[in-house]
Amino acid sequence: MMNWKVCFFSIWCASCMLCLFSACTHSRSDQSAEEQVPDVISYNFNIRPILSDKCYKCHGPDASKREANLRLDVPESAYNALKDNPQAHALVPSEPDLSEVYRRISTPDTTELMPPPSSNLKKLSPYEVDLIKKWIKQGAKYEKHWAFVPPQLPAVPQVKNTAWPKNQIDNFVLQKLEQKGIDPNPEADKERLLKRVSLDLTGLPPSLPTMDAFLADKSSDAYQKVVDQLMQSQQYGEKMALHWLDVARYADSHGYQDDNYRSQWPWRDWVIHAFNENLPYDKFITWQLAGDLLPNSTKEQLLATGFNRNHKITEEGGVIDEEYRVSYVTDRTNTFGKALLGITLECAHCHDHKYDPFSQKEYYQVYSFFNNVKEVGIQSTVGGPETYAKRPIMQISNEDVKKVLNFINKQDTAKLIVSVMGDSDKVRPTYILKRGNYDAHGDEVEPGTPKSILPFAGNYPKNRLGLAEWLFNKNNPLAARVFVNQTWQEFFGKGIVKSSGDFGMQGDLPSHPELLDWLAVDFREHGWDMKRLVKQIVMSATYRQSAALTPEKAKSDPENTYLSRGPRYRLPAEFVRDMVLASSGLLTRTIGGPSVNPYQPPGLWENATSGRGILANYKQVHGPNLYRRGMYTLIKRTVPPASLGIFDASNRDQCEVKRLRTNTPLQALVMLNDPTVLEASRVLAAKLLQDNSSGTAKVSKAFRLIMCRHPQQKELAILTAYYNDELKTMKKTDAEKLLNVGEYPVPANADKITLAAMMKVVDTIYNLEEAITKT
Amino acid sequence: MEKDFLESRLNINRRRFLSRLSLGIGSVALGSLLIPDLFSGSGADSEADFIPGIPNFAPKAKRVIYLFQDGAPSQLESFDYKPKLREMMGQELPASVRGNQILTGMTAKQASFPLVGSFYDFKQYGESGAYVSDLFPHIGKIADDICIIRSMNTDAINHDPALTFFQTGAQQGNRPSMGSWVSYGLGSENKNLPAFTVLLSKGKGNGQGVYSKLWSNGFLDSIHQGVQFSSGENPILYLNDPEGLNRHERRKMLDNLAALNDINYKQFGDPEISAKVQQYEMAYRMQTAVPEIMDVSKESDDIVKMYGPDCLIPGTYAANCLLARKLSENGVRFVQLYHQGWDQHSNLPQEMAGQAKDVDQASAALVTDLKQRGLLDETLVIWGGEFGRTNYSQGKLEKANYGRDHHPRCFSVWMAGGGIKPGLVYGESDEFGYNIVKDPVHVHDFHATMLNQLGIDHKKLTFKSLGRRYRLTDVAGNVIKGIIA
Repeated sequence: MMNWKVCFFSIWCASCMLCLFSACTHSRSDQSAEEQVPDVISYNFNIRPILSDKCYKCHGPDASKREANLRLDVPESAYNALKDNPQAHALVPSEPDLSEVYRRISTPDTTELMPPPSSNLKKLSPYEVDLIKKWIKQGAKYEKHWAFVPPQLPAVPQVKNTAWPKNQIDNFVLQKLEQKGIDPNPEADKERLLKRVSLDLTGLPPSLPTMDAFLADKSSDAYQKVVDQLMQSQQYGEKMALHWLDVARYADSHGYQDDNYRSQWPWRDWVIHAFNENLPYDKFITWQLAGDLLPNSTKEQLLATGFNRNHKITEEGGVIDEEYRVSYVTDRTNTFGKALLGITLECAHCHDHKYDPFSQKEYYQVYSFFNNVKEVGIQSTVGGPETYAKRPIMQISNEDVKKVLNFINKQDTAKLIVSVMGDSDKVRPTYILKRGNYDAHGDEVEPGTPKSILPFAGNYPKNRLGLAEWLFNKNNPLAARVFVNQTWQEFFGKGIVKSSGDFGMQGDLPSHPELLDWLAVDFREHGWDMKRLVKQIVMSATYRQSAALTPEKAKSDPENTYLSRGPRYRLPAEFVRDMVLASSGLLTRTIGGPSVNPYQPPGLWENATSGRGILANYKQVHGPNLYRRGMYTLIKRTVPPASLGIFDASNRDQCEVKRLRTNTPLQALVMLNDPTVLEASRVLAAKLLQDNSSGTAKVSKAFRLIMCRHPQQKELAILTAYYNDELKTMKKTDAEKLLNVGEYPVPANADKITLAAMMKVVDTIYNLEEAITKT
Repeated sequence: MEKDFLESRLNINRRRFLSRLSLGIGSVALGSLLIPDLFSGSGADSEADFIPGIPNFAPKAKRVIYLFQDGAPSQLESFDYKPKLREMMGQELPASVRGNQILTGMTAKQASFPLVGSFYDFKQYGESGAYVSDLFPHIGKIADDICIIRSMNTDAINHDPALTFFQTGAQQGNRPSMGSWVSYGLGSENKNLPAFTVLLSKGKGNGQGVYSKLWSNGFLDSIHQGVQFSSGENPILYLNDPEGLNRHERRKMLDNLAALNDINYKQFGDPEISAKVQQYEMAYRMQTAVPEIMDVSKESDDIVKMYGPDCLIPGTYAANCLLARKLSENGVRFVQLYHQGWDQHSNLPQEMAGQAKDVDQASAALVTDLKQRGLLDETLVIWGGEFGRTNYSQGKLEKANYGRDHHPRCFSVWMAGGGIKPGLVYGESDEFGYNIVKDPVHVHDFHATMLNQLGIDHKKLTFKSLGRRYRLTDVAGNVIKGIIA
């Protein structure tokens, strides 16, 4: 039983914590009461976030959960007389005191207070109440949600410091900084800038010759030259592909319980190829959505449609076929919403969306585009190579690879099949599924799209090709914004809209709305040119800033919302691995091909398998395939690669547009004890020892290879002292044990103690925070 | 209780501090080995890691040990005694009993559904007189310590969705596991161990595997992810230092790392840098703490005898039960075991006997052991699978053999300790063991009740992700008051 003391304590404690936290809080939703309410209240930016978060749950678009027949998301209903009390109105423009909304959010009477305590929603802060009051005073005017209004090209703003901007991006960023009275950071030093841009454009650290050349190049366009070089390298496609593999939930197994192998990797090779060829974004997507439906479609276009077959497919005997077929169509629909429209369409799967204006009917209208595939819920249980793709499939012959699909890294003559899209001639009717249940058919629906985004025009074909045309219609408000934002996120660590998968009413507002629109329109009007967009971003002064965080900026821009410094983030999981392999010289630079199994702690697959299929036991590869880039590590969905998962890699279960980025002790353990890192340390140490140079010079070179900059004297002093100390104290037996890691041979003539001492120093550098950080 | 409550609040503050740290917002002195003082940090707060009022009331249980029987053991050979099925052996399942139940593809096309009663006898145990089958004599002996629920039901009929539903409250993946929710809600009691740990074992019966998404943190911070422990030489992935590197050497390396990171921190001011140092220190502490906990060599002979000789063989269910006690005793909030091999579509009498032998003694020993140590009151132990099994034979009913298909409508689980009524049999199925006739307990209710025992109102433990506030119980769930002591 909770007695009064406990109760008192909990209140005391909660209020203490509130005080403690609010003193140092800067977040948008909890602004302190002293904050000035703006002169002009914007519905989109000030009011809707509050209404959506606190009111729409019961007074929003979902008809089934609506209380008191009151909607606050549309003005007609909000201005009307209340059903239960016709004398009163929820909103009376210009009259807060006559508006029930204002009264109910500000009343001290808890039986009347909104949101009611039983909703478990926090009550509105005094600041929020003031905002709503002032908004009503100013006429309680509604606006269409910003993201559903097509972007217009805004004028590039004028700035005071005209010397700073390098392109239009900077004018938008600097304008805001000048308004806030914050100076941008100076440009990052050349070494850190090169590391940043190399990692961002190729996922790999720069090589020593590249570093030397860039440092030596004093010409004004040195940076641009290096950017062009990086963007022309084949590794550019690999880097850009990784995010898309998350979006497309690409994996090498079927998922679900037996989780046997699938041969979908040629589709992954195509993605790398498409980025390297700079296929325009509209084509990139149209081929993936509807390559099979294009007139005279090519094998390449058909392969691209593998995108919509990357979802999990069951091989569990005894499942109900239709249940699973429906789940595949649902997955495609949800992926379409999240990846390409940046909306949480899946929330309308079982009922009308609670926050955004998407009805359940509209959900199934979009669903109907993906509902006509010639597929079944379960085609086969675990079996041989014929089960590695599920109908519809395409077969890729060695002839194809020679001629039209030469980007596929097919290494043998075995039959190769890939799951792709293909529709039935006879249209399968689509019904609303009540509560989302596969067997609860409601009304039949026609293909269509959410009206609030853009109605589906009558002249479009009613198939996926029509859907792609709709997506790239000039008046589609989301397609360009969403992609531009995801791309921005890749370079700055977070999007201009932080919630890159939710541009809806519950999502974050853009930090720089005009910049987002400018980029989106500019991108669309320049032929959806992805490389051009990427180059604009990395050439900007905004991107090139130093990442240093001064105490002043820790106060004025703690989360870098205003972009007053450069991005500084820990690398994605796969690039942590790539950095280690590349800097040690171990990396095998082969592009594409079947995925591989590098070192993995024993027993992970074996302890969690049904015993069926070729992935029941982990078969590690040997030789050069041990040192492939992280993106080629085989992803078995039920037991995804352990060291990558610990660094927040996607498990590829569903479409993912943004990874978590955490910092945990398990990550420290991977860097300390993963044989990959230890072996790389040993191999690099052995290479260094071949140099005819001093110990200090060797340490310095290792530092440069890994950190991509010269060490400072202090740093070098610590590491050299460590090296010398190890040389003195290392026991030969310990050295031999330490060197006994990994399959790459140890040079026969190596002095064991020297090698092990250098290995420890290299390993220490790998474990520095900066080593796996984009600086 | 009041003291516990205070303690749990303090732990939460500590956890919030650490989780902010892991997000890189806080900053602490370099090289500190101690849990940082609550008030020394600065940092912004966000709704994401601020859960007002949790625990919502004084908790009964502080920790959970979940003995998951993966593959779905038959209730009809374990805890739901149905003599009628023996009487009607071989007769057809009446259509009126089946009603509108959809069958799996494995039996949907079966021409006949012959009822089959357990080949194993049942006995009544203890003061409660609960019926337990002869396959589980040790569990029978603790009948007065446990609460058997015979009216569990679920929404899913296949393994993957049913397991995922039980572990995450939703059939389709990417939601946080219940252990992650508890870690998020209550944090860790032990600064050197993760709050949520996972232990796997395998029986010889037909198995379906497990999936790491079952202990995934979903959209929660990955500090709440289940950390897989294994008994044996490498209890946590990458925990062991390489051979040839002793603790002293490791310490030296970490000191160098800290000094080097500090140089960078002073120039760049990024709190991620100091957070990283802190994580390395925690990893270092785990390297000592974990092997100490995993070491069963100091357990007394009585304990070994109680759990059975298998408890000394790494990777067995018995060893995992013993380990679960040790982890729990050391403050791990949620210890999740999975024992695989319970999917008896055929050969049920033989396979189930083997599976029961794997788990019976050690499951009972765990409850008894906790009780002896005075820990059962504050530890909630749960035993059960993802659904039940059909009352009719899958395939032909033979004289000495049969199988049972999946059955979501009713099955049995048991709980012990953590403020659950001991010696209670709750809920009832019809005489065919097919439908629930009294006090149904849905998976959402089960989750709500579990959280309730931990002092959490399941409606208040929420996390906002992509615009929606999620909870373990989705939009449903009622606390089952009838089983609460």
